[in-house]
Amino acid sequence: MFGVGGGTCSYEEIETTDVILLWGSNAREAHPIFFHHLMTGVRNGAKLYAIDPRRTTSAMWADVWLGLEVGSDIALANTLAREIIESGLHNEEFIRHSTEGFEAYAESVEPWTLQRGAEITGLPPEVIRRMAHDYATAEQAQICWTLGITEHHNATDNVLALIDLALLTGHVGRYGSGLVPIRGQNNVQGGGDMGALPNRLPGFQSIEDPVSRGKFEALWGRSVPDRAGKHLSLMLEAMEHGEITALYVIGENPAQSEARSDHARDLLRGLDFMVVQDIFMTRTAELADVVFPAAAGWAETDGTVTSSERRVQRVRKALDPPGEARDDLHIISALAERMGRGWGYPTAEEVWDELRSLSPNHAGMSYRRLAEAGGLQWPCTDEDHAGTLFLHGDLWDDPLPRDPAPFFPTPWAPPVDELSEEYPIRLTTGRRLDSYNTGVQSGGYSSPLRTAVAVEVAPADAAELGVAEGDLVRVVSRRGSVEAPVLFDRTLRRGLAFMAVHDPDEVDVNLLTIDAWDPKSGTAEFKATAVRIDPLRKDAGRRSELQPVANYRA
Amino acid sequence: MSAEPTSAERLAVDALLGPPSPSGDGEPAQPADRRVAFGGYRLSVESRHKLLPALHAVNDAIGWVSAGALNYICERLLVPPAEAYGVAGFYALLSLEERPARVAHVCDDVACRTMGGAEILEGLEGRPDVHPSPCLGQCDQAPAVFFQRAGEEDTVLVGATCDRVTDVLEGGSAGEVPPVVPQAGDPSLRLLKRIGTVDPNSLDAYREAGGYQALARAVEMGPERVIAEIKASDLRGRGGAAFPMGIKWEAVARSPALPHYLICNADESEPGTFKDRAIMEGDPFAVVESMAIAGLAVGAELGYLYIRAEYPLAQSRLQNAIDRARAEGLLGADVAGSGRTFEIEIRRGGGAYICGEETALMESIEGKRGEPRNKPPFPTQVGLFGRPTVINNVETLINVLDIVLEGGAAFAEIGTGESTGPKLFCLSGAVERPGLYEVEFGRTLGELIDLAGGVTGTGRIGAVMLGGAAGVFVGEDHLDMPLTFEDARSRSATLGSGVILVFDDRTDFPDITRRIAQFFRDESCGQCVPCRVGTVRQEELLARHDGGEPLDEDLFEEVARVMMDASICGLGHTASTAIRSVIDLGLLERSRG
Repeated sequence: MFGVGGGTCSYEEIETTDVILLWGSNAREAHPIFFHHLMTGVRNGAKLYAIDPRRTTSAMWADVWLGLEVGSDIALANTLAREIIESGLHNEEFIRHSTEGFEAYAESVEPWTLQRGAEITGLPPEVIRRMAHDYATAEQAQICWTLGITEHHNATDNVLALIDLALLTGHVGRYGSGLVPIRGQNNVQGGGDMGALPNRLPGFQSIEDPVSRGKFEALWGRSVPDRAGKHLSLMLEAMEHGEITALYVIGENPAQSEARSDHARDLLRGLDFMVVQDIFMTRTAELADVVFPAAAGWAETDGTVTSSERRVQRVRKALDPPGEARDDLHIISALAERMGRGWGYPTAEEVWDELRSLSPNHAGMSYRRLAEAGGLQWPCTDEDHAGTLFLHGDLWDDPLPRDPAPFFPTPWAPPVDELSEEYPIRLTTGRRLDSYNTGVQSGGYSSPLRTAVAVEVAPADAAELGVAEGDLVRVVSRRGSVEAPVLFDRTLRRGLAFMAVHDPDEVDVNLLTIDAWDPKSGTAEFKATAVRIDPLRKDAGRRSELQPVANYRA
Repeated sequence: MSAEPTSAERLAVDALLGPPSPSGDGEPAQPADRRVAFGGYRLSVESRHKLLPALHAVNDAIGWVSAGALNYICERLLVPPAEAYGVAGFYALLSLEERPARVAHVCDDVACRTMGGAEILEGLEGRPDVHPSPCLGQCDQAPAVFFQRAGEEDTVLVGATCDRVTDVLEGGSAGEVPPVVPQAGDPSLRLLKRIGTVDPNSLDAYREAGGYQALARAVEMGPERVIAEIKASDLRGRGGAAFPMGIKWEAVARSPALPHYLICNADESEPGTFKDRAIMEGDPFAVVESMAIAGLAVGAELGYLYIRAEYPLAQSRLQNAIDRARAEGLLGADVAGSGRTFEIEIRRGGGAYICGEETALMESIEGKRGEPRNKPPFPTQVGLFGRPTVINNVETLINVLDIVLEGGAAFAEIGTGESTGPKLFCLSGAVERPGLYEVEFGRTLGELIDLAGGVTGTGRIGAVMLGGAAGVFVGEDHLDMPLTFEDARSRSATLGSGVILVFDDRTDFPDITRRIAQFFRDESCGQCVPCRVGTVRQEELLARHDGGEPLDEDLFEEVARVMMDASICGLGHTASTAIRSVIDLGLLERSRG
């Protein structure tokens, strides 16, 4: 938000905050470390609202769980906003001093009465009201979100709707209050910060900004493209149109991770040339012309990672990588050398120091300081800068030393894949504690919690379909179908089904999902698929696989 | 997905917790169209203390706790399943595996072992429904057997034989447990005066025998004067630590943190001890009245009575006494016209010696594994649910009645300088009339044994166990020792919980010693390393010695010292003292000859 790509708060702040809106996140399973911090906050008295269509294991710990309709997040946010304004609980002084566009925003949420919000979200109006008042009147409050917000066709609008709530109430830029997108692995934040985004240079600097670009051009002695490249969804489109014919894939498994995965695989197969650089022989690597075996980032290489709280930490090499595997840095340098533009083989620290010379936010983070401080949080602009606990504190400075933060009116749009008589069930996808994404990194290890991937349904739906637990069914969407055993989940309401994404070799969930993607972020709508469930045959003999070894899964 | 409860299991839990609420709070088995739920962590915290009662409910009704039942309890109480499993697995009397509907726990501990307990176990060896048990608190009527019966009340058989055990396992009745007070009717008795002479089920009979005068008097006096009298009495705790009771009461009464709690520690599990059981079975109203006085004095509105599960008769009599007292306004919203509220809730242990330790007991009430806490903070500051808490054992508490009626100064006249008041001693083993005896502090060990009719068996004392397994063995040279706190201390002995277990000189002391070592190894909660490892090493040392090797005394000493210095609680601190004393008396060697 506000041109900065990072959570505004530090982990420590959630431990003393008063109200937490955990929105579209099953952090207990998908972000367990962060959830520890969150639960410390709850134990210290924070009131936890969990907003999720499923009553997940995170939602179990919430003071209030709100099981909204899949994809009705903006409807809920706008209804909250209207209720807050209507009740006079918005922070008028902050709005006047630090924001712009409030009038247009207020007008845009005006139609969102509690009644209308309740109709669209399926939630009781009095609970929406209670949440609006608790959030608005809290001394400190945070909104935390993950893929339940961003894996939608209108992902960016979803995020903006949440940002609007923080601006409306002044819950940003103060200790304990803020906006917290939780990152899915130790260095998602760092990847983006270092420019692994189509529109960003290292240091999250805009590629379209000539001043930023100029710094890089001066140092590198080369011109830098002046417009954004393609994000993954656009790249797939470009492959489809034959505009992209060669691909260099580093640490990604698009053959299994993308929506409509059969289609994605066809596109990958259709390339003239593909290089895959990975620590495992993934399904994508199997399709490659050249595979570079890479070193594992957490044990076999030197470098840094950046956590969701913008904390840059050192990672140290403990082991030599096996066989011919090499550090990513080595591979890229060797590639440059073969291409005739060799820059030698710099150490991780030398690369980092170059980054520091180009990224003001990282300028103060020498390896020595990172080691001494156990990590520093950006912005950290010089060697005397202690790092930054929370962002946007300057919104509260008087006079305002920056541009005011803009409100963004966000229209609600339902999921693209509409429910119909033929496809009456809303399928949503997600992750489990025991596995990681497509299972490349976690599938090789056993877990007492792991179950075979199944389609999880409400017992009432199963009864209507005439299927029992363990029966094999075909889950059919407008794009494809998969076979999977049925698992009952009594925390699901009728009409809602869930599948984990972790075992695409067994059940390729993404054959079902829709590749409608958000034009601003490029993220596909993994969270909202319309399906029907066709019974295939009685107990498929896989029931035992559906039982975790550790018996209870709450 | 998870194992589902059977309808019987569900019923057992619902009988305790009530049916799942229609709004579904704390209940994920939701209506098909459910959109909201309330509760979460805070509900989980609030309901956590119901975990052990809920586990008991299923264990009682079904005989064991299945995965489905455990899941259901977890769902109802929002307890993480791993934690609930950890709690269920902590208690010996809760079974996580299917087992016969009736199970016999045959005492083979120090008192019962030589009185027939070991023979019963030998005779019934191989039966899946017969298990050895640590002391059942029936040492005066050895051997004792405790029966768990699915769907029926638990029961106790004393003076047991193989045939009688088999009979009860097949559905027979265990019969009555006879009274245990040889002095019954002696007019000088204070603590035991009603036991065996007044109907323990009748509030009227209790009142006719002087009951509830003390509560009325305490209400007149008010909390401050009651505490002043307690302090003047210099009454010390009878559980083993001998801490002045008035100081505890005053600390809690004055604490600004609210609410205050009272706990009556009735988890009497020290081998050889049965005094609190005798009081609870024989004079339950006295316990209830004493707790009410204590509750009013320290400003508690709720008192817990934590009783070991092996005392079903005491529990039912106490429950009756509580119900009768409540019906007569002696508990509840306006206790005896005081305008103050005080309630008593009984909590049942699950077969864990460690839960007699005061902080482990609190953990247990809170629905956790009964693992002791580090002290400080002490319970008077941070006790049950983190609140100021007075915890006293049964015997200590009932002294309050006389103190209130007669005044602290008069009470302090009884006994000796540091050891005021009457004291109960549990005599068992090789004595003519085993049972519970009351004397004023100051009588010698020899006098007590004479009171119980002298030594049987060979007629010659081999050793006397004083104070239980956590106490010491002493020889004949201690018969002249006055049984007071100060004399015990000066002669490196202890009164502990008042155990006087007499062994004649033909006793197999190495066998008794190994049983004690096994007891501590079994009962160590495993929380801290010195005790968890030390109690095992100690037993191994004795086993090697039994196998013919000389005892490695240096190693024994080292292990004992580590347990003494570094264990969290008294269990580890005292796990070697009795064994040490047997070694010092030379009994480990002599009997081997």
